[in-house]
Amino acid sequence: MDITGKKLFVKALLEEGVDTVFAYPGGMVTDILDELYRTESIDMILPRHEQGLIHEAEGYAKSTGRVGVCIVTSGPGATNIMTGLADAHYDNIPLVCFTGQVPLNLIGNDAFQEVDIVGMTRSITKYGVTVRDRKDLGRIIKMAFYIARTGKPGPVLIDIPKDIQLASGPAEYPESVAIRGYKPNESVHVGQLKKGYKLLKGAKRPLFLLGGGINIARANEKMQKLVEQTRVPVVTTIMGKGAIPTDHPYYIGNSGMHGKYAANIAVSKCDVLFSIGTRFNDRITGDLNEFAPHAKIVHVDIDTAAISRNVVVDVPIVADANLAIDKLLEWAEPQKTDKWMAQIAEWDKENPLEMRRDKGMTPQMIMEQINAAFDEAIITTDVGQHQMWATQYIELTSKKQFITSGGLGTMGFGFPAAVGAKIGNREKPVICISGDGGMQMNIQEMATSIVQDAPVIVCLLNNYYLGMVRQMQQLWYGKRYAVTCLRRRRDCPEGCKGPNENCPPYVPDFLKLAESYGAKGIRVFKEEEIAPALAEAKNNSVTTIIEFMIATDELVLPMVKGGNPMSEMILK
Amino acid sequence: MKNRWIALYVENEVGVLAKVSGLFSGKSYNLQSLTVGTTEDETVSRMTICVTSDDITFEQIKKQLNRMVEVIKVIDLTNVPMHMKEILFVKVRNCSVADKTELFQIAQTFKVEVSDIGEDSVLLECNLTVRKNDELIALLNKRFRNISVVRGGGVAIESISTSEAGRTEYRKK
Repeated sequence: MDITGKKLFVKALLEEGVDTVFAYPGGMVTDILDELYRTESIDMILPRHEQGLIHEAEGYAKSTGRVGVCIVTSGPGATNIMTGLADAHYDNIPLVCFTGQVPLNLIGNDAFQEVDIVGMTRSITKYGVTVRDRKDLGRIIKMAFYIARTGKPGPVLIDIPKDIQLASGPAEYPESVAIRGYKPNESVHVGQLKKGYKLLKGAKRPLFLLGGGINIARANEKMQKLVEQTRVPVVTTIMGKGAIPTDHPYYIGNSGMHGKYAANIAVSKCDVLFSIGTRFNDRITGDLNEFAPHAKIVHVDIDTAAISRNVVVDVPIVADANLAIDKLLEWAEPQKTDKWMAQIAEWDKENPLEMRRDKGMTPQMIMEQINAAFDEAIITTDVGQHQMWATQYIELTSKKQFITSGGLGTMGFGFPAAVGAKIGNREKPVICISGDGGMQMNIQEMATSIVQDAPVIVCLLNNYYLGMVRQMQQLWYGKRYAVTCLRRRRDCPEGCKGPNENCPPYVPDFLKLAESYGAKGIRVFKEEEIAPALAEAKNNSVTTIIEFMIATDELVLPMVKGGNPMSEMILK
Repeated sequence: MKNRWIALYVENEVGVLAKVSGLFSGKSYNLQSLTVGTTEDETVSRMTICVTSDDITFEQIKKQLNRMVEVIKVIDLTNVPMHMKEILFVKVRNCSVADKTELFQIAQTFKVEVSDIGEDSVLLECNLTVRKNDELIALLNKRFRNISVVRGGGVAIESISTSEAGRTEYRKK
C-alpha cells in the first residue's frame, strides 16, 4: 500500500534508530514536523536559531557517536545552517540535515523562501541532493545515513520539496543500499602497515602524532595499549587531544601553533613520525620545509586525499584507525626509548607550560580548577584564546571528552554544542569554556538549554576583547585595536592603545542576561572564588554562567607565528 | 606543469557536472577543458577532462574526484595510448579571393573540411587533436583578421590494444 512522503520520512527515522531531532519550523517542513509530532518515540528539540540548531546537532553527534539529525525549512532556514555544515564537514561529524524546499513546479521561479541549498552547500557537505521523485525518497534517506556515518564521517544534506512530502508512493524503507561510487575503506593494507611499523621499530627517536581520527574512530583504549606496548611517546593535534589520557607518562602534549614547546621540538627532532588520523593542517606543520625535517613520515588516514597533500610521506597507509591499530598491536614490541624520553622531558623542563600565578586570576588557574572539579565531563569550547588555553591545560581521561571546532574555527560553536551534548548525555556534566565574544554569537540558545532542561556550566572568560585577534594586534599591529574592543563606543578617542580608567562599561551584563533566561550567573574576580563558583554551578539544576573577569592583556603563549617553522616558538 | 587527461565515469544526475566543475574552481585547479555525454548506459555519463598541473596537484585532483559519491570511476589517460579528438569550427570573414584560396590550401593541408562558404566568408569544420587545433587557430589568427572560433573540448577513449586501463568496470545497477 502506498503512503505519503512524510509518513515514509518518519518511518525512515525510526528505522535508523533516531530518537532525537533538532528542528526549526517553517512553511516547507510543517508537514513532516506534523507527522513527527504524532510520533511519541522521537524527541523534537526546538532551538532558537538554525545556527544554534546545527551546532547542537554537532555536539550531540560528537558526544554520542550517533548521527545528528537536523530539520529546517527552505530559504533562510537552510542558509542559516551553512556555517554548521562547513564546521561538521571540516571536523567530520556525522549529520543528516533535511531542508524543506518549495514544490517542484516552483523551483527556479524565485518562489518565496526558495534557495538552491544543494548548489550552495556542494563544497561543504559529504553528499547533497534534492529529492525529485517520491519513489526515490526511501533510498535517498537510507543513502544519507549510510554516507554520513561511514568512512570519514560528515554532513549530508537532503532537500525535500513540499509536494514530495505529501505525495503517495512506495511504503518500503530499504534495509541496505549499494552506491557504486561510494565504497568506504574497510580494510588495511598489511604490507604497507608492516613497512610503516618496520620504520618505527628501527627508529631511535620515534614519535606518534595523533589526530582527530583516533577520537572519531573511538580507538582511544587500543591506542593507549599500543603506546604502552611500543613505549613510543605521543604528541597530538588539537582534534586528537584525549587520544590517550593527558596524564599518561608517554604523552607530551599538543603540537602546533599554540602547542607545547617540548611537543614541537620533539616533532622537529624525531627520526620517525608515525601519524594516525591527522591531515597535517597548516596550524600543525607551520613552514612545510621545516616540518619534521629529520623524520621519515608514516601516515595512516581513512581519507586517501588527506595523504601526501600537505606533507610528502614515506609510507602512506589508507585505513581506519581502529583496523590499523588492531594490526599494529599484533606486532608491537617495546622500543628502547628511555634516552629519547629523557631528552623530551628535558625540553619540557626548559620551557614548560607554566601554571601562571603572576597576575591575579589567570586563565591557567581557571583551567586547573575545572580539571580539579570534574572527574567525568564533556567539555566543549568556543573559538579564540580561551579555546587555546583549554587545549593547553585541560586534562583529559577516558571519562572526559573534549569537543571543539578545530578545522573551521567557528565562533558561536561552543555553547550550542554543549547544549546538544547535554541532550545526548543527560547523566554527564557538560561544561562549555567560552569567551565573551563567541558566547554572544549564539546566546539565544540559553533559552533552549532552559526549556529542554539541559543544564550546562558555562565558564566564560571575559577580557572585554575579541582576544585572539587583539593578541595579534598587540604583537604585530602596533596596538591598533581595530574592531576588537567590545567596550568601544562612538565617543571613545581615536587610536586608543588599550584599557584605561575612562573606558565605558561593558555590555551585556552576563549575570542579568542569565537571570532573564531563568539561568544562574556568578561573577568571579579572584583565584579563591574559582573553586566555590564551580561547586555552586555543579549543584545548580539550571544552566549557570560563571563569568571570569580575567586581565585584558592576557596572551596565549607559547606561539608560532603563522607560516614560521614550528621550532621557532615565541615563549615569553 | 603539463597537460593531463582524465576520463571520469559519473552518475548521470542533476548537479554532478556542477559538483565536478566546482571542485576545480573551489580548489584552484587549472581546468583546460571538460566535456560530458552519456554512455552506453544512460544512467552513467563520461567526462573527458584536461587539466594543467604539476604531479602532486594532479594526484590530489584524482583523489578528490574519487572521493565524490557521484564519481564511479576515475581513469588517468595521461600516459595511456588513446584516441582523442576535438571538434572545432572556425569562421573566417572579410575574405578576399586570395584569402579564400589560401584557406582552401590550409584546409587541404590540415585535412579539415570546408563546410560552408559565402560571398566573403568561409567556415572550416575540423576534427583534429586539441594540439593540432591549437596550431590551426594560431595560424589562422596570424593570417586573417576576422575569425571566430568555437571549440568543443577534447573527447578521448583508450586505444583497443590497451583497453585494460579503461574497461568500464563500474557495477551495473
